[in-house]
Amino acid sequence: MRTPRAWIAAAAAVATVTLSGIGVTNAATLEDVRAAGTLKCGINTGLPGFAYTDDRGTWTGFDVAYCQALAAAVLGDPTKVRYVNVSAANRFTALASGEIDVLSRNTTWTFQRDNELGFTFAGVSYYDGQGFLIRRSLRVASAKELNGASVCIQRGTTTELNLADYFRANNLRYEPVPIADNEEARVAYVAGRCDVYTADASALAATKSALQNPNDHMILPEVISKEPLGPLVRQGDERWSDIARWTLNVLLAAEEYGVTQANVRDMARAATPNPEVNRMLGSEGSLGAMLGLAPNWAVNVIAAVGNYGEMFERYLGARTPLGLPRGLNALYKNGGVLYPLPMR
Amino acid sequence: MLAGIVALLAWLVANTAHNLETRGLKTGFGFLKDPAFFDINQKLIEYSSRSSFGRALLVGLLNTLLVSALGIVAATILGFAAGMLRLSRNWLMARLATAYVEFTRNVPLLLQLIFWWSLLTGLPGVQDSLSLGNVAFLNNRGARLPAPSAEPGFGMVLAGAGMAVVAAIAVSAWAKRRRLATGRGFPVAAIAIGLIVGVPTTLFLALGQPLAWDVPQPGRFNFTGGIQVTPELVALWWALSVYTGAFIAEGVRGGILSVARGQTEAAYALGLSRGATMRKVVLPQALCAIVPPLTSQYLNLTKNSSLAVAIGYQDLVSVGGTVLNQSGRALEVVSIWIVVYLGLSLLTSLFMNWYNRRIALVER
Repeated sequence: MRTPRAWIAAAAAVATVTLSGIGVTNAATLEDVRAAGTLKCGINTGLPGFAYTDDRGTWTGFDVAYCQALAAAVLGDPTKVRYVNVSAANRFTALASGEIDVLSRNTTWTFQRDNELGFTFAGVSYYDGQGFLIRRSLRVASAKELNGASVCIQRGTTTELNLADYFRANNLRYEPVPIADNEEARVAYVAGRCDVYTADASALAATKSALQNPNDHMILPEVISKEPLGPLVRQGDERWSDIARWTLNVLLAAEEYGVTQANVRDMARAATPNPEVNRMLGSEGSLGAMLGLAPNWAVNVIAAVGNYGEMFERYLGARTPLGLPRGLNALYKNGGVLYPLPMR
Repeated sequence: MLAGIVALLAWLVANTAHNLETRGLKTGFGFLKDPAFFDINQKLIEYSSRSSFGRALLVGLLNTLLVSALGIVAATILGFAAGMLRLSRNWLMARLATAYVEFTRNVPLLLQLIFWWSLLTGLPGVQDSLSLGNVAFLNNRGARLPAPSAEPGFGMVLAGAGMAVVAAIAVSAWAKRRRLATGRGFPVAAIAIGLIVGVPTTLFLALGQPLAWDVPQPGRFNFTGGIQVTPELVALWWALSVYTGAFIAEGVRGGILSVARGQTEAAYALGLSRGATMRKVVLPQALCAIVPPLTSQYLNLTKNSSLAVAIGYQDLVSVGGTVLNQSGRALEVVSIWIVVYLGLSLLTSLFMNWYNRRIALVER
């Protein structure tokens, strides 16, 4: 539905910033989440692979799994999540106002968002880049040929800015067609309102997979930007941003050390030969206590969603409609750039 | 009570300032000078992605004003026509007008907006554009019309038109004075139209048609050249006009019915025709009852234009939302929205109140 709810929410969020006394000024998000018993997690309004509803109507996907992992770490139960669907345009207001505790909505980590907007990124969960989706029948081989095209674009994204820069740098003209979210962009693209849809390559793969004849469409070879996507929290609550960061790291480290959803309980029961795994799973040392969490917090995380590799294959990988390759998002020892921090 | 409100306001301001400070967020309107870095598709003034946030907001404001002005004109015409037709003695016309009013008044504006937008984007694609004499084209990206560009001598035509308007006003003033003094009529309307159409047309032809047309040419993706009218603008304009027109129609009907029946009968008794009775006797009196509610409809239309965001028309709210999101200055942008809409509403009210005083019945 094309509703102005984004703006209503933005206005409401501003009102909340103004009005809320205790919940927001109090920086102890961990205590707030524990007291509420649920984690309020901001996710996409709908993006295959990252945040979508399954046939039973529950939210699932790569970004959703991070919410579940964080809920498992903090509350010990991955189902204790209240999902809040946010658009590209209202996501930051929702996070700043305390409407959500964490934003897990394929959001690019940029200097300005980290500093001027007052957020802290927990890390990078997906290395992406901006591409172009176009009909094969238009016989375009390169983005450099897009002079004069109408381009569908989500408002309030980094892609909107990259697009303007790219076309300006290459001295190309275009008609921007601003759209509120990925689903509306798909509708406008299918209707022929625009020739090209530009977004992060992962989102384009997701959109393409949902088109009627995916093979009539192609993604142009150019990747015009770096889009490191990751979850983020409000700045100024170090305990909470540490929890968000190290939960993400547990997912990566688990893949490196071969800890999976299936074997994590067994590995946690008795000390393994690898002390790093033992520290992570709580059978040695007290990493959980250092974060103010239960000793078995990482076990809960991995039992809930598996390790990073499992998450990737489940929602994005070769056996899903998206069929995305690991590419940059493989561990450093497999040719990617994912480098888990030491659990020590 | 008053102290309570003041205390609440003081608390709100202090709390907001405190919240902003704890997050290390900067405030102030200095960011309006920073470059926006995003593009806008419909711009009435020069704008590029290197222009400032402030200029982006100005582009949005002009787009709001454009669609509001177009909407007010069309809604007024539609509303007066439908309001008078509802009272027509022609059964079919009256029923059609009733159906229009009742249908559009009772369907939410947002749905109508989406309906018009879907209809327009359902038009043929660019390659299969509907063509009007190969100079104007219609497709699902809107309409492409030839753009006029003035050549030397066109200024004379404009000046001629201006003088014709002045002359027409002078003639009508003279005719009115004469009518009041002697009771003799004068064909003011015919002469005025003759002057306003005739003078510039004659000049235009005499000077060898000093106007060039930039005709749209098919390109690889879109037409190039000419004027592009986006489906978003047309859908929003049309939805606002049709919706508001229905409310205006009811105001017009009520205003006409409020004029005492005896006035019409007296006019007939004096031998005035039905048309003349409506124009010279009923409408002038009805206007006193029509104008005040008309003002609220104009205000509603202007404010409703912010639904633009639903279909991606880049009005003040839509552009402001992008500015808010790219700059993170929520409080500043929201206060700009409030001040601008308040200002537009007050200006409209002032003008309509002035007009209302002018047409008010003068008790003699």
